[in-house]
Parts: sequence; C-alpha cells; structure tokens
Amino acid sequence: MYVIVVGAGKVGYHLTHTLLSEGHEVTLIEKDASRVAELAADFGESIVAGDGCEMRVMQDVGMNRADIVVAVTGHDEDNLVVCQMAQRQFSVPRQIARVNNPKNEPIFHLLGVPETVASTRIIYSLIEQEVESGEYLLLTALKRGKIVVTAADVTAGSAGANRMVKDIHLAGDCVLAAIIRDDHILLPSGTTRLEPGDTVIAVSTPEDQQVLREALLGSAPPATRAKR
Amino acid sequence: MRVVILGCGRVGSTLAAMLTKEGHHVCVIDRDQTAFEKAVQRLGPDFTRETVRGVGIDEATLLQAGIEEADVFVSVTSGDNTNIVAAQIARHKFHVPKVFVRVYDPIRAQAYREAGIETVCTTTIGAGVFHDMLLGRPLRGLQEYIDDVAPHVGQQ
Repeated sequence: MYVIVVGAGKVGYHLTHTLLSEGHEVTLIEKDASRVAELAADFGESIVAGDGCEMRVMQDVGMNRADIVVAVTGHDEDNLVVCQMAQRQFSVPRQIARVNNPKNEPIFHLLGVPETVASTRIIYSLIEQEVESGEYLLLTALKRGKIVVTAADVTAGSAGANRMVKDIHLAGDCVLAAIIRDDHILLPSGTTRLEPGDTVIAVSTPEDQQVLREALLGSAPPATRAKR
Repeated sequence: MRVVILGCGRVGSTLAAMLTKEGHHVCVIDRDQTAFEKAVQRLGPDFTRETVRGVGIDEATLLQAGIEEADVFVSVTSGDNTNIVAAQIARHKFHVPKVFVRVYDPIRAQAYREAGIETVCTTTIGAGVFHDMLLGRPLRGLQEYIDDVAPHVGQQ
C-alpha cells in the first residue's frame, strides 16, 4: 500500500516506522524543517519537508496514487483540510484523521471524514468502563462508522431484565452478540433469559442504537448499580 | 443584518466597523484578547456591538457569538484552514445563509469555491494589482485578477 502521513509528531513518527517495517510505501510530510532534518536519518526519502495542504506538495508526493492519507498533525483544522483536499482533488480512497479536541469529532463526520481517532475520547471510554458509571457504552465503530458495537448493563429495573432474547423487540439490523455474566461469555439464543448484572454486547447500526437501548434498558432513569 | 466575524485582525475589525456604522448588529470573535484591544485603539470602542473571546471552530464559541441567528458569517483569521473549516461549520451545521472567507492560498481558494464556499483570495488580487501597477497598466475588475490565476490552479 502507499500511505501518506501528514504530521511528524510522535504519532506520525511511530506510525511511519510501523508501516515501513511492514513493507508499505510511506511518505511522511512535515512542515518543520528542523524536525525533518532530525528524522532524515531514520526515514531518508520517506520524509519530505512541506505543508501537506499545499497543492504542489501533494502533487510532488504523488497523492493521486496514495491508498490512504493519514492526517495526524496537532491541529484539527489542518487535519480536516488535508483529508478533504485528498478526497476531492486526488480521489484518495481512504482518509483517516486524528482529532485532538474530541468535541470536533462530529464536525469531521459532518464534513465527509468519517474515519477519525480522538484518543481523548477512547481513553475516556476506558475510564468510564473502569468506574462502571456507564449503563450503556459505545465500544467501537466499524466499517467507517456504519456499524457500532455497544455494551449495555442490565439491572433489575431494566426493560430487558428476566426476559428472553426472543421476546425483546429489537430493530432489524441489530444482533445481541454476547452476554457477559459473572465474567463468563455466553452466546445468546432466542431462549436465553437476560439477568440483572448481565452485560449485553450488541452490534447494530448507529441509527438503531436508541431502539436497542430502550429495548434492553428502557427509558426509565437508571437504578443505582451495585459495584462488582 | 446580524453578522458574525471570525478574526479581529485588520480586515475583520475594519469590516466590523463599517457594518456597525451602517447599523448592523456585529459580533467579532478572536482567540486573543489583545486583538480586540488593538482594534479599539485603531477604530474606537464602537467598532463592533459585541466581542467573544474563543476559538472559531468551537461550537460553544460560535453559539455565544449568535451564529444561530446570524444572517452572515465571515471568517478572516490568519489561518486558511481555520477559515475554511469555520465556514463549513457555519454553512453545514448552522445553515447561515451567507458565508464568506478569506483564503490566502489561491489553490485552496479555488478548490473550496468549487465546493460552494465563497472565498476571497487576497493573494491573487493583491499580486494582480501590484503587477498591473508596476507595468503601468490600468487596474482591472476583481474577477479578471482571479481569472488570470485560475488557469494555473488545479493543474494536476
């Protein structure tokens, strides 16, 4: 694959290293000449000095034949414009953007860049799992955001508590993939009965999340959970 | 008209002053408080009705500046990408009827103009004006300066 990485900070550096060692062709673009000089020994021709949003630079690195552009600068607006220019001017099939401020993530999705990585949000969701304050948690998005995997904690007061899977009204494109009960993993069948304390792992589309949440947990306010 | 201007530099503050004098409701956003102070020194305290200190692509800042009621959004910060992103937020998220941005890079100006954002490329216009002046030619209309550069833009 030919991957273009924009931004030679820590993320760009380690990403380029990994991709090169796996045998991919990579060009790393970095604005700061002294940073480029620092990394020249490591990357040789794979690192180029320039602004990844300038047409001339994009042409020089052969963006038209890139398979993926990864924008990992420290500025969200730069990352967004790199991805948009790559899409529109060079038809690069895939763009991945780092989002520094998690509040900006929806903007990327609105403006045509669905594949984003907001490390703050990811770490936060790990913390949330740790303190078990979330009854319902989005774990990850797959297929460029078209599929989401979620975890729902069933309590005594949940709509789905003590009901069989087949009796729970789920939307069309939604699967209860696993039930975690007392740290064991169960594969649910239609006659599996959900119990308070279960964590249900579901796979659905983002749009069906609300229906799923209501079917499993109900729309009543969450009961206080006992800490496990 | 209710106008939100992002960027209180020379252009932003001058534009704000013109519109305020004409009776429009102007709010200027800048991330740097000293930008407002300098504008007051240059133009007087009434150059704008309101100011908001904050980052232009931040939703809370835009809301505070009244983007939901805005008729016009103008982005003239010193950063092309900030202007481009802020304009798209104003257009696609807040549906502001009129959106204008200054973009220094002629190529990005053209690229985003083609995507429906009204961009003003002061680089092209400025260079064109100087060019005509030093060759002793009469000055021309803005569109001609833009068209001069356009053939060179987007060559891939």
